[in-house]
Amino acid sequence: MDAFWIILTGSLVAVSCAILGSFLVLRKMSMVGDAISHSVLPGIVIAFFIAGSMQSVWMLVGAGILGVLTTFLIEFFHQKGKLQTDASIGVTFTWLFALGVILVTYYAGNAHIDQDCILHGEIAYVPIDLMYTASGDPIGPKAVIILSVVLITILLFVTLFYKELFITTFDASFAQAIGISTSKWHYALMGLVSLTTVASFESVGAILVVALLIAPAASAYLITNKLSTMLILSSAFGVLSSFFGYWLSYLLDGSIAGAMVTVSGIIFAICYTIVRLKK
Amino acid sequence: METLIEFFSFKYPNIKYVVFGTILLSISSAVVGCFTFIKKKSLVGDVISHAVLPGICISFMASGSKDPFLLIIGAFISGWISILVMDAITRNTKIKEDAATGLSLSVFFGIGILLMTYIQHSGNASQSGLDTFLFGKAAALVGKDLMAFSLIAVIVLITVFLFYKEFKLISFDPQFARVIGLPIKRLETILTSITVLAVVTGIQAVGVVLMAAMLITPAAAARFWTNRLSRMILLASIFGAFSGISGAYISYSAPSMPTGPWMVMILSIIALISFFFAPSKGIVIRQWRRFSIQRQLLEENLLKAFYRIGENSGDHFSQVAIDDIQLIRNFSPAQLAKGLRKLRVNGYVQRDNGTWHLTNEGFEKGKRITRLHRLWELYLTKYLRIAPDHVHEDADTIEHVITPELEARLEKLLEYPTSDPHSSEIPK
Repeated sequence: MDAFWIILTGSLVAVSCAILGSFLVLRKMSMVGDAISHSVLPGIVIAFFIAGSMQSVWMLVGAGILGVLTTFLIEFFHQKGKLQTDASIGVTFTWLFALGVILVTYYAGNAHIDQDCILHGEIAYVPIDLMYTASGDPIGPKAVIILSVVLITILLFVTLFYKELFITTFDASFAQAIGISTSKWHYALMGLVSLTTVASFESVGAILVVALLIAPAASAYLITNKLSTMLILSSAFGVLSSFFGYWLSYLLDGSIAGAMVTVSGIIFAICYTIVRLKK
Repeated sequence: METLIEFFSFKYPNIKYVVFGTILLSISSAVVGCFTFIKKKSLVGDVISHAVLPGICISFMASGSKDPFLLIIGAFISGWISILVMDAITRNTKIKEDAATGLSLSVFFGIGILLMTYIQHSGNASQSGLDTFLFGKAAALVGKDLMAFSLIAVIVLITVFLFYKEFKLISFDPQFARVIGLPIKRLETILTSITVLAVVTGIQAVGVVLMAAMLITPAAAARFWTNRLSRMILLASIFGAFSGISGAYISYSAPSMPTGPWMVMILSIIALISFFFAPSKGIVIRQWRRFSIQRQLLEENLLKAFYRIGENSGDHFSQVAIDDIQLIRNFSPAQLAKGLRKLRVNGYVQRDNGTWHLTNEGFEKGKRITRLHRLWELYLTKYLRIAPDHVHEDADTIEHVITPELEARLEKLLEYPTSDPHSSEIPK
């Protein structure tokens, strides 16, 4: 049963990431996703300090704000300061991450968050932390429930606004011309990326979220030219990574999240080889 | 104060190691960071620092020891492979650089985490301490680390010194470098190698994530103060060294505080100050320049409108109502109020009972702007053969920037004309 919950959690994270990641890869914003996944840290710590626990809406709010702030700062330094994008990303996220680490150390006495769990969370504990109904019956692991809500939000967002996302991704100037605000959709997307990062960092950690954002989406992008196919394919790759990742980690007795990422890397390598051989 | 004196007297050898170690690694990463910055590949440092992890693990698994030199060799090789993988993906597929960067970074790191947890669970007692590579241990540097750091810092600095001109060329203009026959491939290999070296040593002090900052942030901050590469490298090194000392000092005076993150924090503060307040490139001065140009445009356009009204009525000093100005040119009410207020403060217009009229200075200035506008219109129609009904907009922009010298040359070229293409008079 534990295996089932772990694979399910992994799949939920992987599918959420794969869908958002497809848009990031197509918009050439993968590294902004990477930046967000690191810079939500101070938001989490501050929210933890305010709310006093890891289990609150505050965490999502705090991290969401930090995520959007990161996106804004990167744009701001680039537009107003004429700083090149790569440096703008690098300076912004390392600065916020350093702030987060300093805050973690400062509150280390009373917090059960540490750098380890932020960088590479522990998915193996997912089945232990259950959520109960009012009458005290267990519904299921908390992470699974939170991640399901996140995934449903993302699915709703993408199906409802498919057209807007499609146009702003592929032809920003056309979108502008017909009156669709590109920056609004940009920030909405980045808000969702931060939300997903926070919801999943306890189970897979910040850096591995990045892998799940980019690797399945990039693999799917190699194979197809159609957005809808890419979304489905990348989600499928995500689920495969979760399934075989669990199996690999069982075999090696190592980190499950690390194994998931390794498998997603292998999937990419296979796609890459196929595409290269076809040429 | 006492701690400060105690700190700088280097009473404890440990402090000496930490201070010199952090300074050396800050300087060597700041120097190579300048080159990756110019190549617009700053995030390469981030990739390498994540990608060394599998190399460290494999080298440990193969040798069974934690000898820093062996681990560094493993780290060096896997750092290099990650760069090659990244380049191969961008070169051979439609995947763009950003995705290739993120992919290489995170997958290598994932493999590293898998291997590291595998080693930890395998019950090898000597493995403890491998994870200092993840978060750094700047405050716990010992003599042996210092030796490794100094050696590598010296290698990095000497290489940059020897190949300064070549590195500069391939970073700024690789095409030109190829044309004049430089061995681009070999030079790129050397540059990448010293970047990997700097990163590999640096992460032992500040950790995987923050290593990127040691490369990017000093260079980005220095770029705001100068346009010369040599000065940029010097400044970046100073910023790096300063952050190294301060970071070491902070964690010395407050032992619970981590050195690495504080170094990055101080670097970031220097960078933020540079971004905002650097002379001529800072955000504040840029915004101020934009603001004052907009104000100048508004003022000159208003004076021009006054002049036109005067021309139509035959009396340049007559009373003008706000509505008359709006008829000539459409200003927003807020702009109009702001512009008129500024003009009155500067003595170009005066106000009586809700109407406005030009002063002598205002008249002269309005005349000059109108004159420049019409001269330019004439120049465009006469020399560039643009139709008279297409020249107005262009003249509207250029009239604000024509200098007296240019004005004189235009006049001479057009043989001291008296009327513009719309047969309006060009005022003297």
